[in-house]
Amino acid sequence: MSTETLEEKLPEVAEVPKEPLFSSKNKRLLTDPLDDDNPITVQVLGICSALAITVQVQQAVVMALSVVFVMFFGNIIISVLRDIIPSRIRIIVQLVVVASLVILVNEILKAFLPDISERLSVFVGLIITNCIIMGRFEAFAMGNKVFPSALDGIGNAMGYAWILVAVAIAREVFGSGAISFPGIGQIKFIPDGFFEFGYANNNLMILPPMALIVVGIIIWVQRSRNTKLIEEN
Amino acid sequence: MKAVDNLLGKVRPVFEKGGKLEKYWPVYDALETFAFVPDHTTSKGAHIRDSIDMKRTMFLVILAMIPALLFGVYNLGYQHFMAMGQEATLIEMALFGFGKLIPLIIVSYGVGLGVEFIFCIKKGHAIYEGFLVSGMLIPLIMPVDVPLWMVGVATAFSVVFVKEVFGGTGMNILNVALTARAFIFFAYPTEMAGNKVWISTTGGGSTVDGYTGETLLGQAVERGANFYDAAGTAYASVADSFMASFIGLIPGSIGETSALAILLGAALLIFTGIGSWRIIFWGIVGGAVMGGIFNLIGPAYFPDNLYLQVPWWHQLVMGGFLFGVVFMATDPVSAAQTTRGKVYYGFLIGLLGILIRVVNPAYPEGIMMAILFMNVMAPTVDHFVVQANINKRLKRFKTLKTA
Repeated sequence: MSTETLEEKLPEVAEVPKEPLFSSKNKRLLTDPLDDDNPITVQVLGICSALAITVQVQQAVVMALSVVFVMFFGNIIISVLRDIIPSRIRIIVQLVVVASLVILVNEILKAFLPDISERLSVFVGLIITNCIIMGRFEAFAMGNKVFPSALDGIGNAMGYAWILVAVAIAREVFGSGAISFPGIGQIKFIPDGFFEFGYANNNLMILPPMALIVVGIIIWVQRSRNTKLIEEN
Repeated sequence: MKAVDNLLGKVRPVFEKGGKLEKYWPVYDALETFAFVPDHTTSKGAHIRDSIDMKRTMFLVILAMIPALLFGVYNLGYQHFMAMGQEATLIEMALFGFGKLIPLIIVSYGVGLGVEFIFCIKKGHAIYEGFLVSGMLIPLIMPVDVPLWMVGVATAFSVVFVKEVFGGTGMNILNVALTARAFIFFAYPTEMAGNKVWISTTGGGSTVDGYTGETLLGQAVERGANFYDAAGTAYASVADSFMASFIGLIPGSIGETSALAILLGAALLIFTGIGSWRIIFWGIVGGAVMGGIFNLIGPAYFPDNLYLQVPWWHQLVMGGFLFGVVFMATDPVSAAQTTRGKVYYGFLIGLLGILIRVVNPAYPEGIMMAILFMNVMAPTVDHFVVQANINKRLKRFKTLKTA
């Protein structure tokens, strides 16, 4: 598991007394999850939400922002509390933290973005069960100082977010032919001329199986660019 | 042949190691072995070889498809002129059919082999003939007027995602041709389902009164076994509509309508040992059993659902059931590998095919779903068959020891 490699690095981070704010190690906490250690394409976590809410870009963006919020504050809170959380009940404590943050997000969405909140339905609530979040709490925030934990939270959430948005863009462009933005309306990406020639929107793109295949394509492209990700067998 | 040999011999150095187009050796190799018997000789190990190789296998399968293909060509014209209420000669019907079918074949082979060539050149291994059969099956399971670009997209999708990413020919997890069909079915449902797509009504004139264009599968949902033909005339009896569908004069995908032509192909496949008779036989039995169950419980428990009352022997000749069981289910790569496994595999395909078709009218072509589903399940079937055998022998071993 890739989380273990991060844990091995932890003692060094803790031992070095004075470290520049954005040392190369801290930078890597931000950048690694974007590519080499991406939570979706490399660790294969959080797949369920990547399939469920990537039909429209706006949903995916809202979902991604929610996860960034929960992850960032959750990692900070857990990291602050890490010395006083009894290790026997740590999962429960982590669950309480993530649940309260998710409820907060859910209420905010309901109040300010009722349309999107309705369309996201249970999936905002299901952020609680998103394996990436609990995984980072358990693997990183429980053993690291606040600042690296915050960076790690943002890094992993952004790694999750960009995949989500990329998948959503592919699905909405080929599935609906246009991306709808709140307030602006739809912006067409497939020219009308195509439709006159008999082009049709691909319904399969709207169905969940195609999300899996789009994620697969991203993994394929990523691995052919970044050959160290390929496992030996 | 001599001229071809000369030509190939002349360009050979260009493709050989050190030549200008060395990268494209797989393409040259494929063309050469396609035209001539390979001149490789065995250098070690067993020297006695069966003369059958992949090319010959594929060629025999294509040969088995020829009756269905020719009948499909005729039927395209027959349905068209019947729906338009026009008289036409056999030649006219055949010409019409070829005009529709040949572009489909060209697109399917062009795209599929193109993708295959690209992958082989990239990976640097020889081009296998796996696509020869898939490329012929794809046009045969399409509705007549499906847009060509959709066939191209679907073919590329299924070759890449079902075959090439899993390792190329011999590694496909699903049937390539059926995946292409399922892709269009889900991606562009208006081109692959409903009443409009099965008979070509373009090209001047209007359809006759009473024309609906529904296939028998569509009709059965509302009317049970009271079928009518493309011109809207009802068949006199169930036996009549059975005969029409057995011979194949019904609307449907291009190659799937004629049970007779498909059975001719099945006979060749079974005789040459290329298609597993177990899968074909037990597939038909499975379909008959499910149809029989529906016939038994239909009138008593679900009198409103007329589909259940279509006689089981009629179910077998409707739609793509036979075509799927004979040409798709027997795909040696995606089918179950064990002898006993093939029995279960075939039986379940037949059973599920009829079950899906009757119970879920949204998926009239249940056999497609059934075969794809059983393709996925085939390794599981094999696992249990092997495990059962191990257990049986362990038991025998134990009784031996105690005795």
